[in-house]
Amino acid sequence: MESKKNYKIYSVGENAITIDFGNFISPELNEFVTNLADLIENNKFEGFIECLTAYSSLTVFYDSYQVRKSEEKLLTAFETVKSHIENQIEKITDTKSTEKRIIEIPVSFDEKFALDLDFVAKTNKLEKKEVLKIFLSKTYRVFMLGFLPGFAYMGELDERIATPRKKTPRTKIPKGSVGIAGKQTGIYPLESPGGWQIVGKTDIELFTPNDNSPTYLNAGDLIKFKKVK
Amino acid sequence: MSILIEKTGVLDTFQDLGRFGSRKEGINPNGAMDKTALRLINILLGNSETEAALEMHFPASEIKFEKQTLFAIGGADFTAKLNKSPIDNWQIHLAKKNDLLKFKNKHFGNRCYLAIDGGYKLDEWLGSSSTNLNAEIGGLEGRKLKKGDRIDFNNTQRSNNSIPKIKIARSIIPKYSNFPTVRIVKGSEYNDLTALSEQNFLSQSFKVSANSNRMGYRLEGTELHLLEKKELISSAVDFGTIQLLPDGQLIILMADHQTTGGYPKIANVIEKDLPLVAQLGAGDGIGFHLVSIEEAENLKLKFEKDLSFLKIGLKLS
Repeated sequence: MESKKNYKIYSVGENAITIDFGNFISPELNEFVTNLADLIENNKFEGFIECLTAYSSLTVFYDSYQVRKSEEKLLTAFETVKSHIENQIEKITDTKSTEKRIIEIPVSFDEKFALDLDFVAKTNKLEKKEVLKIFLSKTYRVFMLGFLPGFAYMGELDERIATPRKKTPRTKIPKGSVGIAGKQTGIYPLESPGGWQIVGKTDIELFTPNDNSPTYLNAGDLIKFKKVK
Repeated sequence: MSILIEKTGVLDTFQDLGRFGSRKEGINPNGAMDKTALRLINILLGNSETEAALEMHFPASEIKFEKQTLFAIGGADFTAKLNKSPIDNWQIHLAKKNDLLKFKNKHFGNRCYLAIDGGYKLDEWLGSSSTNLNAEIGGLEGRKLKKGDRIDFNNTQRSNNSIPKIKIARSIIPKYSNFPTVRIVKGSEYNDLTALSEQNFLSQSFKVSANSNRMGYRLEGTELHLLEKKELISSAVDFGTIQLLPDGQLIILMADHQTTGGYPKIANVIEKDLPLVAQLGAGDGIGFHLVSIEEAENLKLKFEKDLSFLKIGLKLS
């Protein structure tokens, strides 16, 4: 893969390093960084804390004291971790696309939940039912989790229904609300303030803190929304 | 076997050194704002450094000890009084049954920690007892304390409750100030600052705005600009990341920061200086001094070694 040679690597303080493969959203790049994170998690180094994958970047968190202590070299922890990551990149010969589960998420688009469906329709000069038809026709990829526990950033939306965030965020968005922000879609796992355009609501519990796996969705999952009455 | 909250504080939560390993699920680490204060009072009491303590803001809770225990306070100075007697930070004290701990004035700083011998019995989640207010989990039922709350102690208290005569060396306590210059390392967009903005960033002082909390501090000061406006897609941020907002002002992300962010990342406060930031409040000032990654790592290395010596020293005394 060409892009794997084309990256920017920088520190996020003295305990984290980010390797950034490009400032754009692509399923292939996202697959690549997810695979790289798996490799690093399976080849932990002394002082390793955790990996976080975003759209097209991977951040490795570490304890620079532990890294330095275990290395009797004159290298900085940053240099040590950087070369560890670069060695792992060399191991990836091509982006293997692992079998993905497709998760169906039932959503109610009832007026009382779809707070901004009118706005999304008007902004894009469409009928509401056309918005829903386009929205439901695609399978979305979970690119990353962030913002709130279990909040999945999914994409990409059809250009015809992409809508910018609200200028003034709502102070309270109900749990389970399905929103649109630009070409992204996402679901609020908890009640929270937020600026996404709300088009529906699901009853699926996206964040179950006491389960072994507290989040319903994970990076790399494929999602299909289904309309419920 | 417990403490009882007699009067509700403005924002008192249990925090430890943080919850790690779940950022990829959108679960941020939380944890104490001033981790050095937390570590020092735990070390003083002979606790594990990872033991949770009560993090208090001012006005703080009034706390009744329902059992005799050794305890220590550190971080901010809220002029603590045990019954009528003033007590100092960074020392071990003995509370007898029914003693009342009150905090009279905000003398210095914004976050004061109360640790007890052996630690509190708390809700643990994903390896940490830190309170996650968003997810309403960890600490005590995932919320701030209120009047009537009773928090049990772990059953690991020392049987001998005589007060060990030990103190922490001044040199290892953070050099708190209400106008600190904190050391930073470059962030991913540092080099995109205009020459004038870079100069202003490193030479001007910034004011901590009232819009500051455990998630982050909004700063007020000279507007900074990038050479060209950048639309970034979200990537990881950390405690201490300094972002440049669209209005040209800065925000420093703190312990309850979100896991990812899309604003330009100008710099990161080095770990050793985060406690200085953690004790700031609205109206305080801050300045920035640039160091290399190597210097930042060396400072951390030296600090961790000093802490190890402190631990050995306390064990010997």
